[in-house]
Amino acid sequence: MSAAEVGTPLRPWHGHWLAACIAVTLLPYIEHLPAWLSVSCAMLLIWRVIADRGLTPLPGRAMLLVVAAAIVAGTTIQYHYLFGKDPGLSLLAGFACLKLLEARSLRDGRAAVLLGFFLQMGQFLNGQEISVAAFTLCGTLLAVGALLAMEWEAPWQTVIASASRLLFMAAPFMLALFVLFPRIPGPLWGLPADAFSGLTGLSETMSPGSISRLIQSGKIAFRAEFDGEIPPPRDRYWRGPVLSVFDGRRWETAGFTTLSSSPPYEVTGKAYRYRLTIEPHNQHWLLAMDFPAADDPRTRYSSDLRLVSVAPLRNRQRYDLAAYPAARVGQREFTHVIRRNLHLPAGSNPRTTALGRQVAERYTEPRRRIDALLETFRDLRLEYTLTPRALGLHSADEFLFDTRQGFCEHFSSAFAIAARAADVPARVVTGYQGGEINPHDGSLVVRQSDAHAWVEVWLPESGWQRVDPTATSNPTRIDNGILGALPDIESLPLFMQPRMAWLRSLQLRWDAVANGWNQWVLGYNDERQRSLLRGFGFDGGDYRHLAAAMVALVGTLMLGFVAWSLRRRRRGDALDRHWHRFCARLSRAGTRRADWQGPLDFAELAAGRHPSLADDIRWIGGRYAELRYGRSPPSRQDLADLEDRIKHLDIR
Amino acid sequence: MTAAGNPIRQRLGGLLDRRLFLVRRSEPLPARLGHRRIFVLPTATGVAFGLTLLTMLLASMNYVLSLGYALTFLLVGVGLVSLHQTFRNLIHLELLSAQLEPAHCGQPAMLRLRFRNPSDHPRIGLRLRRAGGGEARFTLDPCGDTSVVVAVPTSRRGWLESGRLVLETRYPLGLVRGWSILTPEARCVVYPAAEDPPRAFATTIAAGQSEHAGKLGEDDFAGLREYHPGDALRRVAWKLSARWDDQLYTKQFDGGNSEQLEFDWFRLPPELDTEARLSRLASWVLQADAAGLGYALRLPDQVIDVGVGPGHRQRCLRALALYGLADERG
Repeated sequence: MSAAEVGTPLRPWHGHWLAACIAVTLLPYIEHLPAWLSVSCAMLLIWRVIADRGLTPLPGRAMLLVVAAAIVAGTTIQYHYLFGKDPGLSLLAGFACLKLLEARSLRDGRAAVLLGFFLQMGQFLNGQEISVAAFTLCGTLLAVGALLAMEWEAPWQTVIASASRLLFMAAPFMLALFVLFPRIPGPLWGLPADAFSGLTGLSETMSPGSISRLIQSGKIAFRAEFDGEIPPPRDRYWRGPVLSVFDGRRWETAGFTTLSSSPPYEVTGKAYRYRLTIEPHNQHWLLAMDFPAADDPRTRYSSDLRLVSVAPLRNRQRYDLAAYPAARVGQREFTHVIRRNLHLPAGSNPRTTALGRQVAERYTEPRRRIDALLETFRDLRLEYTLTPRALGLHSADEFLFDTRQGFCEHFSSAFAIAARAADVPARVVTGYQGGEINPHDGSLVVRQSDAHAWVEVWLPESGWQRVDPTATSNPTRIDNGILGALPDIESLPLFMQPRMAWLRSLQLRWDAVANGWNQWVLGYNDERQRSLLRGFGFDGGDYRHLAAAMVALVGTLMLGFVAWSLRRRRRGDALDRHWHRFCARLSRAGTRRADWQGPLDFAELAAGRHPSLADDIRWIGGRYAELRYGRSPPSRQDLADLEDRIKHLDIR
Repeated sequence: MTAAGNPIRQRLGGLLDRRLFLVRRSEPLPARLGHRRIFVLPTATGVAFGLTLLTMLLASMNYVLSLGYALTFLLVGVGLVSLHQTFRNLIHLELLSAQLEPAHCGQPAMLRLRFRNPSDHPRIGLRLRRAGGGEARFTLDPCGDTSVVVAVPTSRRGWLESGRLVLETRYPLGLVRGWSILTPEARCVVYPAAEDPPRAFATTIAAGQSEHAGKLGEDDFAGLREYHPGDALRRVAWKLSARWDDQLYTKQFDGGNSEQLEFDWFRLPPELDTEARLSRLASWVLQADAAGLGYALRLPDQVIDVGVGPGHRQRCLRALALYGLADERG
């Protein structure tokens, strides 16, 4: 049987279906594939369509081998490696198109559809937004349509309608399996190194321009849902990497920090409780609001006051956290930390260093020195802009005394250098500041464009103190967010421009939807599964219960489907139903109607067997024949009479 | 069907056929396909589909792709629904009648089956196969019926049963094969193969030897008489019949000069064995019939008088086919 299948040739009609299926599947790939590959794929698909129209022959095997080798070579040159997410997806895309061009039989065609399913899966590695899901659904519909078209020659509209019905009927199974299939946290085996490339976010270094680049992205960094009061903007500092090593141009993290499972400070003062839903960034830091307290086994406290995750964040995670903005931190600090936070490379930024020394000579008390430096910064009338002029070797010097234009990374870097020169331990903290409250669901949305850098100085009696030099030049940055702070709105990304307010409102609305999607679809993990089942009264947590529930539900669904098709639709109208009921009752009493017996014959026979009911039976038989074969269709009253007579027939 | 050389396999196959596939020697018609007679198993594509889904599931787990799970499970659902649809494509299908048309040995006998779809959904992509024979593809509209013809191979003369037919479908997605085994009650006679190349007639008889029909040849038009079943259709006076009334008339010819044939088993060359004799006689019957000649047939166990026309031909061929097999009549 399979030998016959192998040989069944693929017809042009099938070729069109396959080409459409692969084309729609590849569309979302375009932004991720190298341009040359996108073009090649498009050309291969077009070749298939043209060949199916009979205009050119399909390429021979040798030609296909050459193209395949070219795709492998091109991918190697592009990525310098082959075993990873990006080159893997590129190769898969290329080979799916080649398979399509190679397909001669129905079996080849089906293999191409299966490759198409893989491709649809693969695009989730690049993103799982609602739009991607919608595209995938179209691709899946066409793939199912292609399989259907290979079995059934029908107009494409009919095929699409049937394929949609199939998907619709499959939806309950999907839902049952999605909810109940036991979820396993984390990867099963090692992932390719680039599996999570393309995730935007902060990094462990900062140099001029690195944060202003991040600002261009409207991507969401995390969301916070506060229980009760939302803290004012000036308290909303979300702490990311702490940079304490300066090499003259670049700020870096200290390399290692000690981790502990209890906070290295006393949690005092006002507390804000919130749920943090953080987008994956493939790093450990959690961007908790200063100063965090968490009761979560997945987290640790680092000595530089961050909350970090034990495992890198590779998928969206939720944390229940608390923030104590008024807590006093770092009153007792290690001397090596203090020493590191005083270090400046020799000869770098001489003018800024001189400024710091000047201040140090005038004031002995560290707090006064910091105040004096802030005063100086204010007097310098620095301009806060997203598009500062390029800076040379001594970036802080040029920023403070020449261009006087900068973004938060310039402000914080220059201030930290000056503070260190003034003999006050100082470091740069990167993270996010502010965020926007979505009026549609009340959550606080923090985007990459809220990225910020500020300074922390260490004062002997009060520990680490936050100083935000950006605020000195532009206080609105802190209270109104970046939107109110920048004078040159033209350089802002489109979605942030005020004249696009409607766009922004639309975006907020969409964000609320996307948040629901993230929380309930993408964020549906083992934890959420357990809590959902607990809500239904299951003692969740045991995967065996889950598996049993899943099998039971899917089995029930399947049985339901089978029962539905086994049900023999009773044919005929109300009149026939009454007649069948009559026959069935007589049959139970031992008088069966043979197939060849007409109503009158049968009534006569039955009347003979049941003499006491003879009149009724004859009447029913005659009436049925009259209504069935008479001229006009029976009226409602006729039917009711017949039904009544049959119902009251007292057959024993 | 089953491997003839292996008795264990044969017995096992027989057991499976009876117990699992519910195959009967021949089933009365009309028959309706109940759920116990319908079998579904994944095809090679179906197995590949399953492996694809397994890989996708592992990838979803590894990369923690929620949408990957969703897609995989949607496709699992598609697989299950297609299983169900395959089943639904066969269930309750009715085989109304089966008719097997006679053929010469070596040529396929045509089996004509009438199927009916009692439900209000169409039945798509049905295939009817006869082992060693042909395959027919058909579709049934809602509440529709259709005739399907498949070739049944013939390997020896005598009675031929329709045998074991497989009604199968891979609708909707080609992932699942659903099938049911049918053994409709239908049989026909397989005539002996006509000798090839044909030999010239070896036997003639004189005109006077036959009593009534013997004189009727086709040389000279002798008149008309009422049509009797069995008269050659090309002798029907179509134009005249149409002109006069509802009655059909057969042209009669005065064949006084023509040769009258008798094909006699005993006058065949003695070196021929039974089957070769039957073949030669069959070939002569066909030749004589094609030429419109009257002929008689003499076999060891019966004699068929001179006659013409398709009815006569069939009688003769049937006698040849069943010669010596009378006991086997089922």
